[in-house]
Amino acid sequence: MYRYDEFDETFVRNRVAQFRAQVERRIDGGLTEDEFKPLRLMNGLYLQLHAYMLRVAIPYGTLDSRKMRQLAMIAERWDKGYGHFTTRQNIQFNWPRLRDVPDMLDALADVGMHAIQTSGNCVRNVTADHFAGAAADEIADPRPVAELLRQWSTDHPEFQFLPRKFKIAITGSPNDRAVTRAHDIGLRMVERDGAPGFEVVAGGGLGRTPVLGQVIRDFLPRADLLPYVEAILSVYNELGRRDNKYKARIKITVQETGLEAFRALVEARFAELRGEWEGADQAWLARIEADFAPPSLRRGSTAPYEDARAGDPVFRAWSDTNLTAHRDPDHAIVTISLKAHGETPGDATTEQMRVMADLAEAYGHDELRISHEQNVILPHVHKADLPRVHAVLKSAGLATANVGLISDIIACPGMDYCALATARSIPVAQAIAARFDELKLEHDIGPIKLKISGCINACGHHHVGHIGILGLDRAGVENYQITLGGDGTETAAIGTRAGKGFAYDEIVDAIERLIHAYLAHRDSAEETFIDTYRRLGPAPFKAALYPEEADRHAA
Amino acid sequence: MSRQFTPKVVTANALLEGDVVYLTADDRWSRHHHEAELLEDEAHAEIRLLHAQGQPDRVVGAYLAEARAGAAGPEPVHFREAFRTRGPSNYPHGKQEEGAASRRP
Ligand code: HEM
Ligand code: SF4
Repeated sequence: MYRYDEFDETFVRNRVAQFRAQVERRIDGGLTEDEFKPLRLMNGLYLQLHAYMLRVAIPYGTLDSRKMRQLAMIAERWDKGYGHFTTRQNIQFNWPRLRDVPDMLDALADVGMHAIQTSGNCVRNVTADHFAGAAADEIADPRPVAELLRQWSTDHPEFQFLPRKFKIAITGSPNDRAVTRAHDIGLRMVERDGAPGFEVVAGGGLGRTPVLGQVIRDFLPRADLLPYVEAILSVYNELGRRDNKYKARIKITVQETGLEAFRALVEARFAELRGEWEGADQAWLARIEADFAPPSLRRGSTAPYEDARAGDPVFRAWSDTNLTAHRDPDHAIVTISLKAHGETPGDATTEQMRVMADLAEAYGHDELRISHEQNVILPHVHKADLPRVHAVLKSAGLATANVGLISDIIACPGMDYCALATARSIPVAQAIAARFDELKLEHDIGPIKLKISGCINACGHHHVGHIGILGLDRAGVENYQITLGGDGTETAAIGTRAGKGFAYDEIVDAIERLIHAYLAHRDSAEETFIDTYRRLGPAPFKAALYPEEADRHAA
Repeated sequence: MSRQFTPKVVTANALLEGDVVYLTADDRWSRHHHEAELLEDEAHAEIRLLHAQGQPDRVVGAYLAEARAGAAGPEPVHFREAFRTRGPSNYPHGKQEEGAASRRP
């Protein structure tokens, strides 16, 4: 894993010291809230509905046991004994007190972590495929490039005051697990004539105007990455609208300018910037790459794994859903579900964080990942160790066998925490997961993505859920709108609205009707929800959602 | 008094804790909605809001929230304000947590 060098360390410590002084001045009256707010946001500190919230970046979702234990310590000492992992590979602490925040930031700095650029109109935490460096389908580990972008964009003087926030995602696999097309810039590794490079996608974003990114460069040689990304940012910085917050994201800039014209501007800027690095970026990248050397994997029999699968149906069910193919056939990628039925998606207690840290240390080459789907990953586990890993997870309430199923829901904090929310999302997720658990249907339903946001900002990615739920305030009552057919992968699509929304106490039944319609219409157990939807279109699903209307038409 | 004016309370978040607070008639910041001053006159409400905004050392983001008279004092009207009187629905944290009620800003 990448280790902070002296420069990073000094930079982060200075920022904490600076912020400590700013907090003191805020408390003793030297700073007004208007002056303090941008400063606290720059350090990841939000004020939510019931308390402050500290958002901590987990760059490209990568942690080790030491960092995870420190997060547990922070949650225990200054929060309420848990943390919330989010779709942007951050962790949020929901209950810090203002006075404690500088100490929390110092504790983070002790393990090379921080909350810088988790807010504000700058380049945010660079996200990556959570299976990076381990997946069987990967061309190369995208994290060195993500780290290069992180270092380059951190405190970059030209890009601290962009027209709006800027999110970059990167994947090294043709199977897109990083939702690259919903980002301001999406980078997908590709090869051309054996040479490594990127397909560059720009102008994606969710929120009130969801747009899928478009290919701005179908093949960018690897060595040109930094000047090209800089060229995009530079053109956006100049053209992006600062007069209207709703038109400020690059997705609007690209639409207003037109993709062709935008591309031409980027290419022209790129031609200017390309020579300036003189290879310094490549030397820099080579140094970073050394920190991401793959772990030396153990050889050995996988018989304990096969035996456990044969003898223990609980283990078998878990290994069916929660394991992914590793590039080494004797190893597996373990996804630890933070979606126990009826619990809050993405939350882990201090105890659970410590268990995951212990497992990473004992069986996982000391690596942990946070996925945008709000789960935790042990990327390199030898198959022989899986029965033991499973047993430990089980005793910590972490062995839910539901990854990729209907209860593996992404949900934003919604009106239980977020000041911008128009409705709750967490209890809706809890109720849906509990319902399908009761019905004992979720394994029969198979792979499906259900995503919930508590307002139009779409932090819960509902636009790219096979089923999306958007919570709204309709005349002072919570109301939930369903979208269908969204997809966040390489076959990305924005879901379309099914029709009028449902009340809080109707939404779970509506989802159940929708699923029964799928089960009735699929041509076999192998046809997934999204495939069935694509084959049949929305009609049978709408009929199930709105039976009264179907009756009316029939009458 | 304007005919359309619906009653309000002044609410904010406490500077140090971030907890939800309400302005009382005797100029305290209470953690309890029912202790808030119910503002039925628009001009008076504006003055009370200015009074709140003049206390940046104690509270953040003061605003007027709709409320109505209840048996034990003002009650929230909108569900968002009702949630703010309690805390999140996924854990017994916030005001619904025992002991929290006795803390003062
Ligand atoms: C204090 C709580 C939060 C605030 C104030 C907030 C604010 C926002 C806003 C205003 C947008 C819309 C941006 C735009 O359309 O220009 C947005 C989008 C988004 N946020 Fe949040 N958010 C919060 C929490 C979260 C959490 C918890 C997550 C991760 C689970 C998250 C992830 C995202 C994502 C993925 C998007 C959509 C992608 C895009 O930027 O287009 N946010 N957020
Ligand atoms: S989608 Fe809305 S409610 Fe959910 S976290 Fe984002 S801003 Fe808050």
